[in-house]
Formats: sequence, C-alpha cells, structure tokens
Amino acid sequence: MSLYSIFNIAGSGLAAQSVRLNTVASNLANADDVASSEQAAYRARQPVFATALFHAQGGGSAVGVRVTDIQESQAPVRREYSPGNPLADKQGYVYTTNVNTVEQMANMISASRSYQNNVNVLSTTQQLLLSTVQQLGK
Amino acid sequence: MPFSIDQALGVFPQALQLEAQRAQLLASNIANADTPGYKARDIDFKAALAAQGGQGGALPLMRTNPEHMEPSAAGGPAPVLYQVPLQPSLDGNTVNLQYNQAAFGENALRYQATLTILSGRLSGLSKAIMGT
Repeated sequence: MSLYSIFNIAGSGLAAQSVRLNTVASNLANADDVASSEQAAYRARQPVFATALFHAQGGGSAVGVRVTDIQESQAPVRREYSPGNPLADKQGYVYTTNVNTVEQMANMISASRSYQNNVNVLSTTQQLLLSTVQQLGK
Repeated sequence: MPFSIDQALGVFPQALQLEAQRAQLLASNIANADTPGYKARDIDFKAALAAQGGQGGALPLMRTNPEHMEPSAAGGPAPVLYQVPLQPSLDGNTVNLQYNQAAFGENALRYQATLTILSGRLSGLSKAIMGT
C-alpha cells in the first residue's frame, strides 16, 4: 500500500524542517557573539535541502527530502570599535557575527509553516489508513 | 453464470490504488516545498483510471495466442507527470504549496469516498454469500 510510504516522506520533511529550525535557533542564540578575530567570529548557518529517493513500493515515485550540508553564510562579519571589551584586538576592535536577525525570523516562520504542513499530511494519512483498516478489515 | 468478484467491485479497487499513489506524490510535493530545483509532480487521475479500468482511453492488451497470459485490468502505477508551474521560484522549485494542500485534502476525501463504496460492496457480497 503506497500510503505507508507517505509516513517516510512527511517524516523526512519533518526532520529536514527541524534541522532548519535548529540552525535558526543557534543563529539567533549567537546573534550577539563577539570574537577577537575575523576568523573566530560566528557565521550564520543554513541547511541545504535535496530530494531523497525512497526505493519503496510504488515504483520510486516517492521522494522525500534530506539535508545534504549545512553551509556558513559568506556575508562579511561586522567590526566594532570597543576598546573596553576584554576580547578587543590591539587596535581596539571586536568582531561580531554576520547573523541578520530579521532574515532569521522570516526563515523561522517559513520553516515552522512547512513543518505544520507535513504534520497535516501525516495526520490525514493516518486517518485514511486507520479507516482503511477498520472498513476493509470488518 | 460465471461471476467475478472483480467485476462486482467495479472500478473502485483501481481507483483506491490510484488515489493512494496520488496522495504519495502530493505528500512528496509538500515535503519538498523548500527544496531547490525540485519539480512538482502529479498524475492525470482521469486518464490513469480510464487506462487501468479499460474504459475508453487506452486499449487493453490483446491475446493473439491462447497460451498468452490473461492481461490484468489493473496495470502498474500510473505515469507520473509534472505540474505546470504557476509561479516558479528563482531556485528552480515549482511547488505551489496552496494548490498541493488543496489537492491533498481533496484526494483524501476521494479516497475515503471510494473506501466507503468499496466496503459497502464488500459487505453486500458478504451478505449474499452468508445469507444473513
């Protein structure tokens, strides 16, 4: 029954979106980090999604989603003059992150909506399978 | 009188299978709504059902030799097509989430309707057999 593979598909969607939510959470948590050099500064992370083929029943038409990589943003980190900071370098600069908080919030909303969509698919499929078992198993 | 249970059930077993396949494709579309380069897919339900039920549409296989196997009415999975994108995004993704959600809900309803009819026919047959 090809309805069963929907659990895999929607489950992979849930997993991928929760990885995305996790990266958003760590980006937001580290939004105000400071570092004493440009290399050590925190850079925003973003997962890369790709389709994943499940070789289940149904002739390979079931495709889920998987996270292939988590990439760091290439945007430049901010440099702030703050000689009083214990982490400041010799010139008195600290390096903050390149996390764009507004962008992260938008990303978070998008990820949570996608997560909800997959949950809806899961619960509908569960109902369908349940009524299939109940009605045809009488 | 030769009686076939397949005939008594009509086109509904094939329809149920097609609806399950379509639910799978639509779930794939919804799961891949954020995947770059993913092309949304679907099946042409009416054409697929006509091909599987042998009503109109495609012609059924013919036996030219009596030793050939009986061609079964229920073929394999229906051919998978691509949805026409309404507004493709820059990353090459063509999933229209609203359309896919609506189609998934409609498909679930159709599945349940088919299931109800099918189980009604089955219980009718069972009544005819048991006599109660």
